[in-house]
Amino acid sequence: MTTASNERMKEVSPAIEYAPAPESRAIVSIRERYQLFINGSFVEPQEGKYFSTINPATEEPLSEVALATEIDVDLAVMAARRAFDEVWSRMPGRERAKYIFRIARIIQERARELAVLESLDNGKPIRESRDVDVPLAAAYFFYYAGWADKLEYVGPGPVPRPIGVAGQVIPWNFPLLMAAWKLAPALAAGNTCVLKPAETTPLSALLLADIIQQAELPPGVVNIVTGAGETGAALVAHPGVGKVAFTGSTEVGKRIQRTLAGSGRRLTLELGGKAANIVFDDAPINQAVEGIVNGIYFNQGHVCCAGSRLLVQESIAEEIVERLRRRMASLRLGDPLDKNTDIGAINSAGQLEKIHRLSKTGEAEGAVAWSSGCMLPERGYWFPPTVFTKVEPAHTIAREEIFGPVLSVMTFRTPAEAVQRANNTVYGLSAGVWTEKGSRILWMAERLRAGVVWANTYNRFDPASPFGGFKESGFGREGGRHGLESYLDR
Amino acid sequence: MTGPKPLGEVGEAAIAKHTSRASAIPSGADQLLRPRADSSLPGFLRSLPGVDQVGLEARAAALATRSIKAGAKILALETAISMVDLTTLEGDDTPGKVRALCAKAKAPDPADPGVGPVAAVCIYPDLVSLAKAELANSPVLVAAVATAFPSGRSPLSVKLADVEAAVEAGADEVDMVIDRAALLAGDYARVLLEVREVKKACGGAHLKVILETGELATYDNINRASWIAMLGGADFIKTSTGKVAPASTLPVALLMMEAVREYHGETGRPVGVKVAGGIRTAKDAIRYLVLVNETLPGQWMSKSLFRFGASSLLNDLLVQRYKQIHGVYGGPDDYSLE
Amino acid sequence: MASNPTSTGSGRLGVAKTRKLFIDGAFVRSESGRTFATPGPSGNEVNVAMASRKDVRDAVSAARRCLPAWSGLTAYNRGQILYRMAEMIESRSLEFAELVAVREGCTVAEAKGRVEMSVDRWVWYAGWTDKLGNLAASVNPVAGPYFNFSLPVPTGVVAVFAPASLLGITSVLASTVAAGNVAILVAEERGSLVSTSLAEAVATSDFPAGAVNVLTGIQDELVETVSSHRGIDGLDISGLAPELRVASESAASSSVKRVFSESVVEWTEPPSVSRVLAFVEVKTVWHPIGI
Repeated sequence: MTTASNERMKEVSPAIEYAPAPESRAIVSIRERYQLFINGSFVEPQEGKYFSTINPATEEPLSEVALATEIDVDLAVMAARRAFDEVWSRMPGRERAKYIFRIARIIQERARELAVLESLDNGKPIRESRDVDVPLAAAYFFYYAGWADKLEYVGPGPVPRPIGVAGQVIPWNFPLLMAAWKLAPALAAGNTCVLKPAETTPLSALLLADIIQQAELPPGVVNIVTGAGETGAALVAHPGVGKVAFTGSTEVGKRIQRTLAGSGRRLTLELGGKAANIVFDDAPINQAVEGIVNGIYFNQGHVCCAGSRLLVQESIAEEIVERLRRRMASLRLGDPLDKNTDIGAINSAGQLEKIHRLSKTGEAEGAVAWSSGCMLPERGYWFPPTVFTKVEPAHTIAREEIFGPVLSVMTFRTPAEAVQRANNTVYGLSAGVWTEKGSRILWMAERLRAGVVWANTYNRFDPASPFGGFKESGFGREGGRHGLESYLDR
Repeated sequence: MTGPKPLGEVGEAAIAKHTSRASAIPSGADQLLRPRADSSLPGFLRSLPGVDQVGLEARAAALATRSIKAGAKILALETAISMVDLTTLEGDDTPGKVRALCAKAKAPDPADPGVGPVAAVCIYPDLVSLAKAELANSPVLVAAVATAFPSGRSPLSVKLADVEAAVEAGADEVDMVIDRAALLAGDYARVLLEVREVKKACGGAHLKVILETGELATYDNINRASWIAMLGGADFIKTSTGKVAPASTLPVALLMMEAVREYHGETGRPVGVKVAGGIRTAKDAIRYLVLVNETLPGQWMSKSLFRFGASSLLNDLLVQRYKQIHGVYGGPDDYSLE
Repeated sequence: MASNPTSTGSGRLGVAKTRKLFIDGAFVRSESGRTFATPGPSGNEVNVAMASRKDVRDAVSAARRCLPAWSGLTAYNRGQILYRMAEMIESRSLEFAELVAVREGCTVAEAKGRVEMSVDRWVWYAGWTDKLGNLAASVNPVAGPYFNFSLPVPTGVVAVFAPASLLGITSVLASTVAAGNVAILVAEERGSLVSTSLAEAVATSDFPAGAVNVLTGIQDELVETVSSHRGIDGLDISGLAPELRVASESAASSSVKRVFSESVVEWTEPPSVSRVLAFVEVKTVWHPIGI
């Protein structure tokens, strides 16, 4: 691209300014207080403590949520154990299946309500909660429901049995979807569950509790305990939990693995990532730019598999960055409930602080930040979509997970160098490859040390498709037949 | 296929001869080609980045979820009305039919003289002089389809005669069809040659080049056809004749807008886009305008660079505009049916 | 007996084998210069190399270097190399039988049966290399225009705390390398001689240098170094003394290692493919379907 054309690209300013198009909040009624969901009903926490959850886009409190202590966790695990022994593990698979199908259907019926609540509590754009999180959550329940009466076909070996009580701790980036990823396979396999949502985003899981009641799931089969790290720690350490599933940071994942050392209890971990999105000079260029944007700015970059390292073939690096900037200029940041919003709010003050800190480190180390200069709302937690150039592989922002809308651009010369740089990380969750050459895609896919390789696409998820990491991104798979194996004993 | 022909052989002369509209000369085009590794047209077209169908369609689908409300909606509807090429292209088009069409084009909503007019009427060449007379003293242009529309299956001399007749009769714009068979057979030079020759025959008339994307099978072919048309001097590239299904789709339009953007970036010459066929509702039209809004610089949001080829669309735009302003929906007989 | 290295009936003094570590395809002494004594087949004492932390380091480097070569071989090729192991053990069955007899306290005839089982087990695992994909892979019917498949790929560098018996060692080692992993075998003290003899079979089986590394030494001393080493991706602690397992698993968490622990009471039980699946990662690949 010539300099003149670069100049012309900057002329882009939308001819039509979209008027606000907010989704109505009226569809969801948020209670003043949420208790713990144990043994089929909402119960007061033993110590009577509550914490508040806020709307990160406005900093306004949304509700008070019960703080579960060790005693509450114990009650929940006991309820789950009872439900396992007396009801759920004895129930024929086809009956279990129908309960799970019911949950899927009710999620579909109440989809808009869930989407609005998710965007309020999490800060993600309604476009994403409506078109991605909620439909996928229903799809995971629907998919795994069908497994419940077919467990003998899961794989080779003796007919598998459920493990018992699953203790599941989930993150704040996809609150409802992560609940679905955890609950659906566990229930299909015949386990009962105690789920601990993240403290900044408990509301959609509590609405799911409501749905579970509506589905008439037997009491105790799913229990939901809210709280922060201590609640989660109590859950994973509970000896009555036969299987622990955790999605979250690598740091906490390591702690959980240590906690479970020698216990013989089963564990799966889905942890952090620092994925490379690799663009070759023969890529379908406009779709690649979309893939880069979707890779890092989807869900404000609060995605463990985000394509946070852009590796571009040196010969087209400048052109790609130019195109990327032009595309970023059209991203719309603002009210998560506005149907035209592309970039919502950062989930919490703490996360915002972390993104700021790492961005400053990036600049201090010599990388150059660029953002489209979009206006940030005065209240709430916001960070503009940002791209760093002049990033070197040794820089902090090229190595540490930022978990925000911040992209680091680096270059490579050859396919081998692309693989080498992509794999040069302690993580191994995902990777992207963009090239029109089929044989090169397979060559790359074979060598990338990542659990998911998206070729000429990015950030696609499906209940039939296993997802999970290599190396310090964790172990175990979620999705597909492989995801079911984590919840079965042989 | 006889192998790639050097570009100079097929069209340089045509460009050199063409001097009537300075702004339309794609002066950058040949410069653009020269530094490419393979200076032949097929080599150039093959050097264009591939188009991934799924990614392109996903992007178009995402943009289709934009929600245009309130003032933005009124602006979009009125902009869309101004961009309509009100079209009738039937064997039974009589003078009476064309007169009615012209009246509608000048004043789409008799109850509200503030509405319209539309950009143009689009008709067969034999009706051009009639339409010109009807539209005298009006800003509404007359566009004629030519070049053996819609199939394009006539000798070049016949196609050129078709164009010359339309221009002679006063057509402001000519909508030509490309030789899709030549394109599919890989004879890109032939396609380019025809565009250039037609451009020459147009004289001062604007040239819209219809790609008939529904017959091109792949997005890569549509991309190549877009480039051939632009290199040949097209003032607009247009999706469809309206006689072939599928006609215009959002992904096709998005791809053509991207091609236009690239071409503008490389040569500085803005080329318009016309979407035609199957666009019947205001909702559809607004989706196309969203594509324009988020893909191209602001100057494209005008009838000089974006058009809708349509007939029934206009009434829905009027109905929706009325609803947006007055809060109630109009009835089926509030507007004339042209 | 002819193979008794200490003495022969004719009054000839036998030539004893120096028992070394096997790292990067070479037999080396421990860099620490240490050895420890273990009972030999004729009641004699045999000195065995006693691996140090630095030997662990060297073995991990060698294994990492070899990983692309071993995992990059075709499954057919790997299968042939595992089968070659069976051939090599069969051809040394007398040597192994004597070691097994003294180690496992049985007659040489019984020991021969166990050697044969070990040979057969290598053959069993050899056949898995090119079938694992059929077993663990899937084409996933996703709801969209994408071709989506998942396939098992090796975890990488796996450290194996081996049990003492030949059959046990065979099971843990063969299953690990069958999946395409490179291995660092940490021998149980009582399995030292069998392990070093097995290293000789490895050395003559066309394994690329570094694909299998054998360390003899004191498990208790090596467990922390091995379990916390960040260059190791997986740990098989099936042969680790129960009291060392918590420490091992705990140290493994520092780099999120995959830990496999199978409490096998009797290695003569029929083998299970679950051992092969223990150290594979499932990789999922997406690609759009379009024209």
